Amino acid sequence: MTAGTKRRIAPSAAIWLLLGAAYFLIPLIATLLFSLRGELTGKCCTLDSYGTILEDPQFVKALRQSFVLSLETIALTLVILVPTVYWVHLKLPRLRPVISFLALIPFVVPPIVLVVGLLDVLRPTPDWFYAKPYGFLVAAYVILAFPYVYFSLDAGFRAIDVHTLTEASQSLGATWRTTLFRVILPNIRAAALAGSFLTLAIVMGEFTIASLAAFDTFPVYIQYINQTKAYPAAAVSLMSFGITWAAMLALLFVGRGRTARTAQIAGTR
Amino acid sequence: MAYVELQDLHRVFGDVVALDGISLSLERGEFVSLLGPSGCGKTTALRLVAGFDRPDRGRIVVDGKDMTRVPPNRRDMGMVFQAYSLFPNMTAERNVQFGLRVRGVTREERARKVAELLELVGLGQAATRYPHQLSGGMQQRVALARALAIEPRMLLLDEPLSALDAKVRVQLREEIRRIQSRLGITTIYVTHDQEEALSVSDRVAVLSHGRIEQIGTPSEIYGSPATPFVAEFIGTMNRLEATVLDGGRGEIDHGGVRLTVDAARGRQTGERVLVLVRPESLELSVSANGAEGENILVGEVLTHTFLGPVTRLKLIGPSADLIADVPTSRVDSLPVGRRVVAHVPSSGARLLSLTEDPVSGEPDRDGR
Repeated sequence: MTAGTKRRIAPSAAIWLLLGAAYFLIPLIATLLFSLRGELTGKCCTLDSYGTILEDPQFVKALRQSFVLSLETIALTLVILVPTVYWVHLKLPRLRPVISFLALIPFVVPPIVLVVGLLDVLRPTPDWFYAKPYGFLVAAYVILAFPYVYFSLDAGFRAIDVHTLTEASQSLGATWRTTLFRVILPNIRAAALAGSFLTLAIVMGEFTIASLAAFDTFPVYIQYINQTKAYPAAAVSLMSFGITWAAMLALLFVGRGRTARTAQIAGTR
Repeated sequence: MAYVELQDLHRVFGDVVALDGISLSLERGEFVSLLGPSGCGKTTALRLVAGFDRPDRGRIVVDGKDMTRVPPNRRDMGMVFQAYSLFPNMTAERNVQFGLRVRGVTREERARKVAELLELVGLGQAATRYPHQLSGGMQQRVALARALAIEPRMLLLDEPLSALDAKVRVQLREEIRRIQSRLGITTIYVTHDQEEALSVSDRVAVLSHGRIEQIGTPSEIYGSPATPFVAEFIGTMNRLEATVLDGGRGEIDHGGVRLTVDAARGRQTGERVLVLVRPESLELSVSANGAEGENILVGEVLTHTFLGPVTRLKLIGPSADLIADVPTSRVDSLPVGRRVVAHVPSSGARLLSLTEDPVSGEPDRDGR
């Protein structure tokens, strides 16, 4: 294709595109319109519902709690998985299929089964862990995030020559720590970020475990509002959606940066 | 005592014997190549020297110090890898600086050294470029500068040119040799490319099946192969199986043809030997009646292969097939199908006892 040729979208493709867009956008637009109705009058258009949510101290508390839980889950998952996946790629490549299989378990085990099992298994743990969201919930969320972070990191490690980079670093006098932090981590940054954003999205939206374990997280708050206030429920749902989208856009941004670099490699070699 | 000594190195991976008692000494500033086919153990030997792997048996001594159990980051050995090994997240400059930063060298000293080394490898202008903005040849030059920046005890090169195209390969190997000579750094160079090894090395060690078949200067390796394997691996060699007729006069019998070969003098009568003759040592002339003079083999020209200044002729004969190189200007007088005689020089042939070689097994009977 020449530089001046414009790419045209086939009419049939355009129809499917519009249908797909409608499928996703109509519920969102409906929710938006619903959220703009007045709480007392039921008429459009007012931002009262958003005001109600933003002024509710529980909203900020629940949102902050979920956000902190997300960060803690991300940090703990990366601390556990980055060195593990690095070591597996470097020294134990035969374990990769085993870990990939283990990583699928959270997809297979329903959250309700997981939470019941965890409540039972972790019962003997101290109260500061078992009774606190930053203990119990994070433990559960690390399990939920495991496949997302593992597969992201695995793809990231497969994209670099782990052996050669490690050996090059060591031959120059670097310790394992220096190699991990200065050579390996910067080169799997995109993969780690991708896993992190997926974890953020999961934790910000996880309801079953938090609800059954009786912790007030953001999704639990949304459910509470949904049961008690119709219009603000639509507003808070949209706000939740916005947070998830922000994470997805960040992921897209990171992914685009990596693609650009790869393309340049192909062109210069 | 030599500067570097590899003493009886053994390494086994499962059922595979990668190294079967390698011993090698290098003097300070020497450039030694480990040459051999894939799987011969050359890279394993280099990895043991670098510290990325440990021998099952044997020792590695550098400058009088036993390095066998020293971890790679404390060996002070600069290495250039076969794969592009620059850190993708760092510019060329920062790649070269890496080892110096790890050692806590001051910023000014680092900057001075990096500029000097990038200039040395001819990449002064590319300091701020990232690896993905450099060609393969440029990346390997930066890798070389990076390996040299730490002023290593030794420079280890693991087929650093194998991913490059032919022209860049020749150019870069000459540069590597120039830089090595200038810095006087002791170097081990691993390659499967005989031309590369012979053109840049002070000495070449030819490996096969985890053993060193022969160590010597490039001319010794080429001119006086010690085993049939070396003869086969280095260049092209005519291999003539023969029986010693008269050890005193150096006479042998090859397929009913009596030849005189200096190297056969002193051999026992009746001994089975392998006569090795380089294609360029055979002198060809057009045969009139097939019985011209002594020390000749007759044959018919089967093919011509143009190699530039010389053309390689394959001859098919009653006793053996032969390969002979003749100046391209003469090739018109030796067309395909022409019956020719090949004069075997009595002084230019090597002789190996057929009982000496445990590695190569039966000699090739097609004359190559």
